[in-house]
Amino acid sequence: MQKILVCLKRVVDYNVRIRVKPDGSGVVTDGVKMSINPFDEIALEEALRIRERGDAEEVIVLSIGNSDWQQQLRTGLAMGADRAILVETPEPVQPLAAARVIRAIVEREQPELVILGKQAIDDDCNQTGQMLAALWDRPQATFASKVELQDGKARVTREVDAGLELIEVELPAVITTDLRLNEPRYVKLPDIMKAKKKPLERLPVAELGVDVEPACRESNFEAPAARSRGIMVSDVNELVAALRDRGLLD
Amino acid sequence: MSKILIIAEHDGRELNLSTAKVASCALELSAASTDIVVFGNACADVAEAAAGIEGISRVLLAERAENAAPLAAILAPQIARLADDYDYVLAPSTTFGKDVLPRAAALAGCGQISDIMAVLGARQFKRPIYAGNAIVTVEVPEGCKVFGTVRVASYKAAPGAATQAPIEAIELDVELPAHTRFIELQSGSGDRPDLQTARRVVSGGRGVGSAENFRIIFSLADKLGAAVGASRAAVDAGFVPNDMQVGQTGKIIAPELYIAFGISGAIQHLTGIKDAGTIVAVNKDPEAPIFEVADIGLVGDLFEVIPELDKALGG
Ligand SMILES: Cc1cc2nc3c(=O)[nH]c(=O)nc-3n(C[C@H](O)[C@H](O)[C@H](O)COP(=O)(O)OP(=O)(O)OC[C@H]3O[C@@H](n4cnc5c(N)ncnc54)[C@H](O)[C@@H]3O)c2cc1C
Ligand SMILES: Nc1ncnc2c1ncn2[C@@H]1O[C@H](COP(=O)(O)O)[C@@H](O)[C@H]1O
Repeated sequence: MQKILVCLKRVVDYNVRIRVKPDGSGVVTDGVKMSINPFDEIALEEALRIRERGDAEEVIVLSIGNSDWQQQLRTGLAMGADRAILVETPEPVQPLAAARVIRAIVEREQPELVILGKQAIDDDCNQTGQMLAALWDRPQATFASKVELQDGKARVTREVDAGLELIEVELPAVITTDLRLNEPRYVKLPDIMKAKKKPLERLPVAELGVDVEPACRESNFEAPAARSRGIMVSDVNELVAALRDRGLLD
Repeated sequence: MSKILIIAEHDGRELNLSTAKVASCALELSAASTDIVVFGNACADVAEAAAGIEGISRVLLAERAENAAPLAAILAPQIARLADDYDYVLAPSTTFGKDVLPRAAALAGCGQISDIMAVLGARQFKRPIYAGNAIVTVEVPEGCKVFGTVRVASYKAAPGAATQAPIEAIELDVELPAHTRFIELQSGSGDRPDLQTARRVVSGGRGVGSAENFRIIFSLADKLGAAVGASRAAVDAGFVPNDMQVGQTGKIIAPELYIAFGISGAIQHLTGIKDAGTIVAVNKDPEAPIFEVADIGLVGDLFEVIPELDKALGG
C-alpha cells in the first residue's frame, strides 16, 4: 500500500498524578509533562513495522491541536514517521470534530490505512476511530491486538470482553490499537536530529472548512470520591474474622 | 416527552446483564417510553429476556442473517436509522457498546457521551476522565440527540418487570456494507463466573509469578464462588488471557468483594475496582500503593497466605 495515516494526540503523561483545579475549571496541566498518548505510540509503531516489512511506502503522523503539539509530532518523526501534519486549532477538539478533521485529511491524502489509539488517556472517550470510520464509510477494527495484512485486506484480532475476536476488513480501513498490539521503540538521539529536517506541515483548521464545534459542553471538574484508608490485619485469622464481620463470607 | 432506545448486548443466546444496567440508567431520565432493540439472528429468547426488564415499553427484534455477529459496521447504520424516532440512544460501556455506538452517533451527525456514571438532568451527566482521576459534568445542547454509553459499574441491574413488554419484529430497509466479516471468537476464561457481574472477584498480579502459580488463585476463587481477574502485568506476562484484565483498559468492575494478590495498585488498575464494596489486598511490600485504597490489607507472601486462607475457609 502507499500510505498509512497515524493520529497522535498530545496528553498529560500517564505517570503524572492528575489534580483537579480548586475552582473546578479543569485539571492542572501547567508545567506538567506532556507525551504522545500511549495508544497512539502503539499505532505509530505498528505503522512503522508495516512499512519496514515493505507493505507500505509512507507513514504520515497527524495531530489536531495548538502549536505546542509540534513537540509530539517531532517525537513521532524521530520514531520514524516520514512526515507530519499539524491541523492547528486554538481550542481542543472533541472526538466528532477530530473525526471530521481526520476525514478531511484522509480525503486529501487517500491513505489505505488509518491507525488511531483506541482511546485518549485524558478524555477516555474511545470514539474518534469509530466516528472516522462512519464518516468515511469504511470498515473499523477497534481494540486491535494483532494485525495481519494480505491481498488488500486486514485480519485483525480484537480484544473484546468475551475474549479475542477475529475479523477481516477490506482496505482502506480504520484500526484502533489496544496495548498488547506491540511495544513501541525508543527514540535514539541521532533520530531526533534527523527528525528536525523532516517535513512538518501546519494547516489552520479553518482552511479545511469542517465543523469543529464541540458536541457537548463540559463544566465543573471534580476529584472522585476518595476511598478511605481501611484497616491492616496481621494474619489470615484476622483477615477471615474481618471478612465475616462484614458479612462477606457465607 | 422524550423517547429512549437501548441497544441490547447479547451473545446470540443470552442477554448480557449490562442491558438491564443501562435500563436502570434510563429509568433516571423519566422518559415517556423506553424501548430495547435486539439485533441478531434467531434470538427470540434474548428478546424475551429484554421484555422482562422493569420500565421497558417495547422490545424491537431486528433479526437478519447479517446481524448474527455484533459488527459495528453492520449494526451502526441500522441504529442510526432507528435513532430518527428517539431522543436518546443508550448502550452499555462494554467493548460492544464502545465499538458500535460512536459509529452510529457519527452517522446520525451527533457526538456521544462515554461512560455515563450519573444523570444530573435531562441532558446533563457526569462521566469519569483521566482514568477516573477526575469527574466532569457534560451537557448535550438542546436540539441534539443524546447518544451515550453507560458505565455499567455505576448502575445496578434494573429488576424484573411484573408483566412482559410486547415484542415487535422490525425490518429496517438499510443497505449494509460487505467490507467487514466476522471470523471467530475465542473465549478465554470459558465457564468461569463472569468477571463483570460476579459478586466476588479474586485477582492476581505479577507477584503470582507464572501461569502455573495462577492455579492457586483459581482454586481459591472456586472456593469462594468468585470470578478471577488479573492486572495488566499478569496478562502481558501470559499468566492469563486478556479478558481477565481489570482496569482502565480492561474491565471496570463493582463486586461486593475484591481480593488482590501480588498487585501493586497502579492507578490504571485501581480505576477498574473503585466501585468494589470491599477491597482486600495481600502484598509482601508494606509500601505498595494498593494499601492506600484497600479496606482490609495484609502484608504477607501470597504463597503462604493463600494456602492458609484455603484452610481457614474449610473444605
Ligand atoms: C495506558 C495504560 C493503561 C493501563 N491499563 C491497565 C489496566 O487496565 N489494568 C492494569 O492492571 N494495569 C494497567 N496498566 C499497567 C499499570 O500501570 C501497571 O503496570 C500494572 O497494573 C502493574 O501490574 P502488577 O501490579 O501486577 O505488577 P507490579 O506493579 O510489578 O506489582 C507486583 C506486586 O506484587 C507484589 N508481590 C510480588 N511477589 C509477591 C508475593 N510472593 N506475595 C505477595 N506480593 C507479592 C510486589 O510487592 C508488587 O507490589 C496500564 C498502563 C498504561 C500505560
Ligand atoms: N486532537 C487529536 N489529534 C490527533 N489525534 C486525535 C485527536 N483526538 C483524538 N485523536 C485520536 O483518536 C484516538 C481516540 O481518542 P478519543 O476518542 O478521544 O478517546 C486517540 O488515541 C488519537 O489517536
